[in-house]
Amino acid sequence: MEKAAVKSYQPNRWQELKKDLMRNKSLYIMLIPVVAYYFIFHYIPMYGLQIAFKDFTPAKGIWGSPWVGLEKFKEFFVYDSFYVWRIIRNTILINVYDLIFGFPAPIIFALLLNEIKNSIYKRTLQTVSYMPHFISTVVIVGMIMDFFSRDGLINQILKSLGILSEPISFMTEPGWFRPLYVGSGIWQNLGWGSIVYLAAISNIDPQLYEAALIDGAGRFRQALYVTIPGILPTIVIMFLLRVGHMMNVGFEKVFLMYNPLTYETADVISTYVYRKGLLEMDYSYGAAVGLFNSVINFLLVIFSNKIAKKLTETSLW
Amino acid sequence: MKIRKSPGEIIFDTFNYIFLGLLCFTMLYPMLYVIFASFSNPIKLMAYRGPLWRPLEFSTEAYKLLLSYPMIWIGYKNTLIYVVVGTAINILLTTIGGYVLSRKNLKLKNPIMFFIAFTMYFSGGMIPTYLLVQSLGMIDTIWAMMIPGAISTTNLIIMRTGFHAVPDSLEESARIDGAGDWTILFRIMIPLAMPMIAVMILFYAVGHWNAFFSAIIYLRSRELYPLQLVLREILIMSSTENMTTGISDASDRFAVTELIKYAAIVVSTVPILCIYPFLQKYFVKGVMIGAIKE
Repeated sequence: MEKAAVKSYQPNRWQELKKDLMRNKSLYIMLIPVVAYYFIFHYIPMYGLQIAFKDFTPAKGIWGSPWVGLEKFKEFFVYDSFYVWRIIRNTILINVYDLIFGFPAPIIFALLLNEIKNSIYKRTLQTVSYMPHFISTVVIVGMIMDFFSRDGLINQILKSLGILSEPISFMTEPGWFRPLYVGSGIWQNLGWGSIVYLAAISNIDPQLYEAALIDGAGRFRQALYVTIPGILPTIVIMFLLRVGHMMNVGFEKVFLMYNPLTYETADVISTYVYRKGLLEMDYSYGAAVGLFNSVINFLLVIFSNKIAKKLTETSLW
Repeated sequence: MKIRKSPGEIIFDTFNYIFLGLLCFTMLYPMLYVIFASFSNPIKLMAYRGPLWRPLEFSTEAYKLLLSYPMIWIGYKNTLIYVVVGTAINILLTTIGGYVLSRKNLKLKNPIMFFIAFTMYFSGGMIPTYLLVQSLGMIDTIWAMMIPGAISTTNLIIMRTGFHAVPDSLEESARIDGAGDWTILFRIMIPLAMPMIAVMILFYAVGHWNAFFSAIIYLRSRELYPLQLVLREILIMSSTENMTTGISDASDRFAVTELIKYAAIVVSTVPILCIYPFLQKYFVKGVMIGAIKE
């Protein structure tokens, strides 16, 4: 009985699809440029990734270049192992520090801002805090380099306060790269990142606060037992998105901020791909390192989503 | 009935008001410092130590030098082209894509959605993309600045969510009146979704205004440089020789170089910071729609 139903279902499905294509012809025609864009600029590069397994030379093209198997990966992991571990470590550490310090900052800011009852003051704080988000990365890095130079404002202030006797060369000391990177990121995105959480807070049912108040909860307890659980799904989603970008984040800023003196702590996978692949034009090698990066990133998304599904009801798909 | 605050709450509130005030001050002050410094006398500023609260001996010397540098104008002009043409392409494709993918009766909607969303999780990466752009002959053309990033998937999904919110009955009544999909899109959907499209225009335009990396990779000729690349030369590579050739004394030249940097930051950032408070509510709306997942 059931088998028969499935059998007769198959041809119907094709007919339905054909009917759908005819009925919605103009919609599908509209979509052609969009699908073409994704095909050309996203799927062709995925296809092009095969050069990671080839010895690609532009003269021979992707098709004509000979296969070399895992040779390029071997070159990367075995011969250049010094760089490999450095760039992997740096990529992960920058992201982990950013997750530890940068991720909670907008949440805390949103919670504190929510406690401000004077609406004019609140709005002013919000407007100012969003501002740095609109400054371009080039300008941000230019400002960092200026303020943190040897005779820059930060050194001047620290010196006049008696904290420092000798100025620090923030930009050329590898130990300062990560604090500067993560710190300036917080400075730039604290306010902007809080928007989502403020929206989530405003969506919490006011009755919950009333009930908590009747139960004798003060403001601290209300925040702890109503506000934070109320925005937890948003936090989880934002965390997942952040983890999913873990291997890609910050390329532009790292690229502008680092210099050979700070490569030790600053060089990340993507900047290495850029130098090797595009500057030294070792395309296959660059593509192999890039593929390694993409695969890890992909696994991270899948993995974090699985965990989130287990922990809470929310997930990305 | 007003509930009286406990002493703990009063302490917390006081602390909170002051703390957040200080925090926002640290966000505002670096920008104020740059503005004050840019209008200062270069020699005075060199000798000065510590925070500035107003320009030191008001002077517009740095702006004169900066604006007499042709690359600044070339950069401005190119950035304007990339912002206007690039955003137009972005909006056209994102609107059409968002509209079609928001239609409920399409059989192929889910496979196409997967086809698009998958690119958010996996990509070919920098090198294959570069080789593609190269083989398309886009290297060192203005198209490399606009076509490879023609659609942002996040924005497409935001747009789709927005079109979903338009009531079905509007579309149905238009169909009864004989409207086709194009008419529905341009006569009904786009006017209704205008606030959202405005948000998208802002997002894309700011992105183009601030973009520099595609320019580093794809552009060779200086005549095509966007403003951000010119700024990179001035701010990060400190190449301002072309602007300071008239100054013979080395230390004067250094002082002026520093000042030109401040002026460059002001010239490139203040326009966007000035219009931003007026656009703030649209941006905020965009972020919030973007955060809502179906």
